[in-house]
Order: sequence, then structure tokens, then C-alpha cells
Amino acid sequence: MAATGAIDSGGRPGASGWDSLRRFWRRRPGLRALVLLSPALIILLVMMVAPLLLTVALSFATQNGFQIDRTPTLANYAMLFSPEGNLYRILIVKSLWVSFTATVAVVVLAYPMAYYLAFRVHRRKLLWIILITVPFWTSYLLRVFAWKVILGFNGAINSGLIWTGVIDKPLEFLLYNPTAVTITLAHAWAAYAILPIYVSLEKIDRSLLEAATDLGDGPLRRFLRITLPLSLPGTIAATLLVFIPTVGDYLTPSLVGGTSGIMVGNSIATLYGKANNGPMGAALSIAMMLAITLVVCAFLVLIGPKRLRRQAG
Amino acid sequence: MHSKAISRLLTAFALAYLAFLYIPVLLLPLFSFNDNIYITFPLKGFTLKWYEAMVAAQPLIDSLVASVQVGFAVSVVSTVIGMLAAMGLTRYQFPGKGLITSTIMLPLVIPYIILGISLLSLARQVLDIDLSLWTIVAAHVLVCVPLSMLVLIARMEGFDKSLEEASLDLGEGAWRTFWRVTFPLAVPGIVSSFLLCFSTSFDEFVLAFFLSGNQPTLPIYMYSLLRFPAKVAGALALASCILMGSIILIVFAEWYRRRGIQSQQEGLI
Amino acid sequence: MSDVMISIQDVTKAFGPVRAVDRVSFEIERGEFFSLLGPSGCGKTTLLRMLAGFEIPTGGEIYIDGLPMSAVAPNHRPTNMVFQSYAIFPHLNVRDNIGYGLARLKLPKAELNATIDRALDLIKLSGYGDRMASQLSGGQRQRVALARALVCRPKVLLLDEPLGALDKKLREEMQLELRQIQREVGITFVFVTHDQEEALTMSDRIAVMSKGQVLQIDSAAALYEQPNCREVAEFIGTMNVFEGRLLGVQGGIARVDAGPAGELLAPVNGAENLAPGALVSVAVRPEKLEIAASRPANGNAITGRRLAEAYLGDRSHYYVGAEGISKPIAAAAQNRRRALTADAPGETVWVHWPVEAGVLLER
Repeated sequence: MAATGAIDSGGRPGASGWDSLRRFWRRRPGLRALVLLSPALIILLVMMVAPLLLTVALSFATQNGFQIDRTPTLANYAMLFSPEGNLYRILIVKSLWVSFTATVAVVVLAYPMAYYLAFRVHRRKLLWIILITVPFWTSYLLRVFAWKVILGFNGAINSGLIWTGVIDKPLEFLLYNPTAVTITLAHAWAAYAILPIYVSLEKIDRSLLEAATDLGDGPLRRFLRITLPLSLPGTIAATLLVFIPTVGDYLTPSLVGGTSGIMVGNSIATLYGKANNGPMGAALSIAMMLAITLVVCAFLVLIGPKRLRRQAG
Repeated sequence: MHSKAISRLLTAFALAYLAFLYIPVLLLPLFSFNDNIYITFPLKGFTLKWYEAMVAAQPLIDSLVASVQVGFAVSVVSTVIGMLAAMGLTRYQFPGKGLITSTIMLPLVIPYIILGISLLSLARQVLDIDLSLWTIVAAHVLVCVPLSMLVLIARMEGFDKSLEEASLDLGEGAWRTFWRVTFPLAVPGIVSSFLLCFSTSFDEFVLAFFLSGNQPTLPIYMYSLLRFPAKVAGALALASCILMGSIILIVFAEWYRRRGIQSQQEGLI
Repeated sequence: MSDVMISIQDVTKAFGPVRAVDRVSFEIERGEFFSLLGPSGCGKTTLLRMLAGFEIPTGGEIYIDGLPMSAVAPNHRPTNMVFQSYAIFPHLNVRDNIGYGLARLKLPKAELNATIDRALDLIKLSGYGDRMASQLSGGQRQRVALARALVCRPKVLLLDEPLGALDKKLREEMQLELRQIQREVGITFVFVTHDQEEALTMSDRIAVMSKGQVLQIDSAAALYEQPNCREVAEFIGTMNVFEGRLLGVQGGIARVDAGPAGELLAPVNGAENLAPGALVSVAVRPEKLEIAASRPANGNAITGRRLAEAYLGDRSHYYVGAEGISKPIAAAAQNRRRALTADAPGETVWVHWPVEAGVLLER
């Protein structure tokens, strides 16, 4: 069946140059997908990969007065591990600890709420979901602001307690310390934890729970053996979702932390800014990211084998 | 019964939790009507003076306008890029799809402080461009594209792929197929993406802080107020307005989204 | 104008190591109602999508009305498709759906409306023009999908299991309607289905496919009466198969030693060039079998004991278990007279058939 005729049904002349180009394009859907993805990938490259590489490169430089000495050196990292770098090490550990406490508080409190929403709410679920989501959407800055107002020396708690006669003098320990930061973080990030846990609880096939009951489990055993393990993915997601960003949080410590409550993020900002030691700031940034990665990996490893054991038995 | 007690406990907990979520934030509007420069109990008296001052404050208005401009630009750009990426990921099969998806999601796990400072170095020391609202837009686009993509992927996977094939089969080229079929059906996702990106950008502080030039955005302006106890009261009125505004927006957005899901379920999308 | 509308030449489609379509070649004639029939995974839908342009062959070439299609995108091909899910645009009403493919031609409004009205008449949905897809039943959506494709006047209409989602009665109605429409409009139809009754009812010719290859292309009767291989024989309808070895061929009739079934005779048609000793099967359809109390004089016969009986209203199936044969022999007969009583199971009977009624197949 030879191809005759110059005109095909679409009314286009079949010039062979265009044809082979068209065939090339049609044969490669992967190429078309790449074209569609290219803007996103370009943005990623220019706005994330390049700056991060720059920071890594900067961490190997040193600050020399107003100039940056670009000869590669491990001086900054050495400093972090040396006795002079003690302050920074403590800072990183403190940040990890504050974050950790806040995360635990957030997740432990959010779980029962998510459980309630998934299993006990039958009508008006939409209303509850909106009620839970609204705080998630209000300004983070506002939430931190609210706690500054509440915990202040003349703030809501103190003045309220004085007004009702519970105490005579304002409590000083409420604001401008790590505890204030932890409390504020625990409140501000609460909404981020509920949704992943809720979604993973909601997805549990109810007939599994019925089967467990049928096979003799009481409510508590059923919860521990079925519900909790099956909701683990969502819970882990929530944990990471809160922990990872809060370690490097800048806003909360700067508003409610005072001098004793500063965290790594503030220190990095200071190094780049007032202290005029960009390279050190870069090294601290990298150190912080490595610390976070290590903790997260350790966490996942800890969780991993346990899950396997649970699934086996 | 054992489970009834647990139920009651859970309900009590849920209500207490809601209170915990809302009360601190609701204190802001409460005190914004309070005739007292210090935020303290007991309440002195009702006043609108903080609101009057807010409306008159030029820097506030300027920063509000700046935030709206930035938010709008970010939403448009992020949604377009996110839509293209979502189409690439949902309509085609190719190796490494999972890797590419995860990579595009990366900006969500990098601490903003590091992103902000790295971008600052890139902008000032390497590219030597001035900081302005545009640098803020660029940074916000980076963190909003993954969000937009997530929303749009969810929407695009929800409708029948053979609809686009049918359009092609009936004679329309790729461009017209997009406008006649893909876009109309993706609209709820596009609106969600828009709202999501706008509110993320509008509220974002850290990246804006490090990448702003002469023009502050609203969070930057508010932050500057919050550092000084005397100015805190003035920020209350602003905070309350933002709060109320965003609540209305969210309720609307949720309602709109639920409508989209409903039509998905009863139609044959 | 040549008689051949579609020419498929050595077409292969591979997904990685898997060949969904394996070196397939055949031709479809102008104006034919042609079906691709086979079980899931046989490659029929992949082949159809290659005709439409949604899959690109890894090897070979497809010609439609004489022109090669490898460089031609789906929207420029002279084909239109009725999708399995119907793919009715949910955001457009029925009129806009039907007129979708005509929009870019920018016809004058009167003409466009007249065309759509005619189409609505053809599918018997006049008056439904303003409804949205969600307001239509499955069968109605199917008809809208058909009208939408036909209105574009394609040379070939491709149908991807369009009746699968309909219930039995509706399906049978639609089968007749589709056949009628095809005859009226005169377009070449390529119809994909896994339902062999459907294919047999509607088609001029059927291509039976399995594992990416075409086993046999023939009319319904030829496929049913003279399958060319065991797979086709067992896929279409039910078939009793007796395995054995070829003893010899004389005058077009083969003698087969079928082990426990004894010696059987069968006409040699498709399976030529078989030497004595070759592994073959003698196959015969249930409705060709009769059951008698004693061995008849002519024809093939096997003895066995009655097993169960299945009453299907218009006909009954009788099962006979023969010594040494694992599968019960199935015989079918129309219930011409009221069949209320059955002969007792356990009774020894003879199942017999005339030699011409069987067919010889390769094992």
C-alpha cells in the first residue's frame, strides 16, 4: 500500500521534513512532559539549588574584615567543633530540644482531637473541619503576637490573675525565655498536625475495626493494635511537618524568646547581619540542616523496625 | 458504659482543644476595642480609636497594598507554573516521575531562614540585583509552586483522562483542547491554588523580611510594630482586621471547594 | 477507489519487554463492520488506540485510505472514537457535546443547528439537547458519544467496548441499533469487544486476538463452524474437544485415535499437512451432538453415563461422563416440546454426531 497523493484528510500537504519532526515529537511523550515541567524545574534550579550551593560554598570561605576571603577552608566548621564554638553547639542542641518538646506537645494534643473528628463526629463534619482549618490559615505572625500579648509582664495572664486576686505581683517567668517559645510554638503549629493525623485516621477501613471487635478485642486493645498502627503514617507526617520547620524558626524566638530564648535561626540572621560574618552564618546553616537531617533519620530508623515488628505480630 | 465515658471525655477534650486554638487569637480583637495602650486586664472601655488610627496610618496602607500586589503576582505565576507541572505529571508516564515530584516539593522542607539568607546572598553578592517587591515575589513563587502543584494534581487526577483524548479525537489540537476541556474542568483547582498561594504569600514573614527593599509588606510592617510595647496596641486593630478577613476568605474557600467536590461526585468528572 | 480502508502492516506495540501487539497484519474493507474480539489483555484496545492515534506503533505502519498515519496526530486523522467511558464533556450540554468537533469549522449557525438536530434524531434523543451529562442515563450518554463522533463524518468509526456498561436488554437493543446506523451511514466501523456473542451478532468479519496476535479473521459463521485453532474454537461458544493422534487421511477425512473416546473421524479443512502420528484434536459443538440409547450405525459415537442437566428455558444442556475423559461431554438441544421430564442420570447412553459436523484441529 504505497502512500500516494499529496493531500491527506486534514487538508495538509505532507512535506517530509515537517513529518519527521512531527513524528519525533509524537514519539516522545517524555519530551512533552519535560517541556511542561521545565518552568517549575527552572525555578527550582535558580531559586533553590543555586542559592543553597552558594551557601555551601560560602561556608568554606572566611570573613576578613569587610571582605570575604574565598580561599576554601574548613575554619568555620573547625570553629563549630572547637571550644569557642561551644555556644553554637549549645544553641543547636537547644533549638532541637525546644522544637522537640513543642512537637511532642503538638502531636500528643492533636491526636485525640483528630480521633474525635474521625470517629465521633457524624453530622456537621464539614463545620468541624472548617473550625479546625481556620486557625491553620490565619497569620502565623498573629498567633505569635497573641502569645506575646498573653504572656507579657502586663499581659493577659498576669493582669487577669492580678485582677482576680490570684497573685499580687506579675509573674516574671512567663515571657522572654525558652519556655515561652515552646508554648507559643506548640500553639502556633497545632493546626498543622491535626490534618495529616485526621486524614490517616479517616482512611482506616471501618470493617477492620469491626473485625477486631468480632475477634474479641476490647476498645483499648483494638485502638492499640489496629487504629494506632494504621494511623502511624499520618502521625509521623505530622511530627515531621512540625519538627523540621520549627527548629529553624526565626519569628517566634525573636518576638517571645528574649535573649535567653533565641534559637539557631536568630543566630544565623545575626551572623549575616550585624555580626557581619556571612561565612560563619553559612556554616552554621549547614550545620543546622545536617543536625535536623540526622535527628529525622534517627527518628525514622527508630520508628521503622518497630513498625515491622508490629506488623509481624 | 465504658465507651460512653470515653466518648464524653473525648468530646470535652475536643471542645477544650478548640478553645485552646481560638482563645489566644480571639484576645486580639477583644483588646483591639479596649481603651488602653497596654494590653492588660481589666478592660477599660470600648473604643474605636485604634481602628481610626489604623485607617489613617499611611505606612500601613502602603504595606497592605504592597502585600496585595505581591500576593496577586505570586498567585498568578505559581498557579500557571503549578498547572503546567501538574499536567506534565498527571498526563504523561516517564521514568523518574516520583523523583521529580519529590524534588519539586523540596522547598517545603528547607528552613525558610536558610532559604531567605541564601537567596539574599545570591541576589546581592552574585547577581547584584536590588531588593524590591519583585525579589519577594520570586522567593514566594519558589515556596508556592509546590503547594499549587499539589492542589492541581489532586484536581487533575480527579477527572476522566479520556475527556482530553475525546477532544483530540474530535479534531481539536492540544492548545484548543486545553482551553475547551482541561481548563474549565480544572477551574475549582485553579481557584483553590490561587487562594492558597495568595494567603501563603500574604502571611509570609521570613523570606519577605530578608528580601525586601524599601517597601515592606504587611507582615514586615506588623513585625516592626510588635517590637515596641508602646506600638503593640496599634497593631491590634490591624491584626483583628486581618483575622476577620482571612476567616471570611477561608470559609468561602472551603464552601467553594466542597461545591467542587459535590459536582465531581454527582457528575461524571 | 480501492476497497481497502485500513491496512495494518506488521504493526507491533511494545511496552518495555511486553508486546501488547505482536506483528499484526491485516486489512479492513470500506464500509465493513469489523470487530476485534479477544479476552482482556489480548491487545485489541491497544490496536484500536493505534488506529486512533493515541498510541504510536513501535514497529510497522498503519494506512488509512491509502495514507500512512505514523506522522499524523489524532486530531488530524479521518477517524473518530467512541470511548469506553463515553467521555461526555460534563461542563457542556448535549447539543454542545455533539457539536464539539464542528466548532472549529465555524459553520453558519443555522447549518450547525440543523446538523445537530439531525444527529439527535438519529440517536432518538430529540428534545434532550439542553440537558447536561449528569442528567442522562448510561445508554443515553452512549448514544450522545456516538452522535458526537458521527457528526464529524469520519471515514472510520472506532468503538472501544461501548456497550460494556449497559445491562443485558439495553445492550441487545443497542447492538441492533448500531448495526442499523452503520448500514444507513455506510461508514467503516471497527468495534472492540470481549463479548463473543456481541461480535457474532453485529459484525461482517471478526478478528480473534490473543496475547497480541491475530488468530483468525473470518465471518461469524466461519469462525464458529470452522475455527482454525483450538484457542479460537474454545473462545467462541462452547466446544467439546477430544485429543488424540492422527492415524491417516483418506479422501479429505482424517482418522484419529482419540484414546478413551475411541476412533473418531473428522473432515480435514484448516489443518493440512499433518503427518500420521501428529497430535491433533477432534472438536464438535454441543448442538451438533445427539444422545441415543444405542450406538447408531453412522458417524462418530462415544459411550458414557448421563450426568447433570442444565435447563436454560429455550434449550437444555446435557452432560455425559465418558470413561477416561476428564471433562464431561456437553450436548445441547432446543426444547421444541415442553421438556419437563428428564431421563434418569446414571443411565448409559451414546453421544453421537455426523462426521461433517466435527472439525480437526492441531492439538
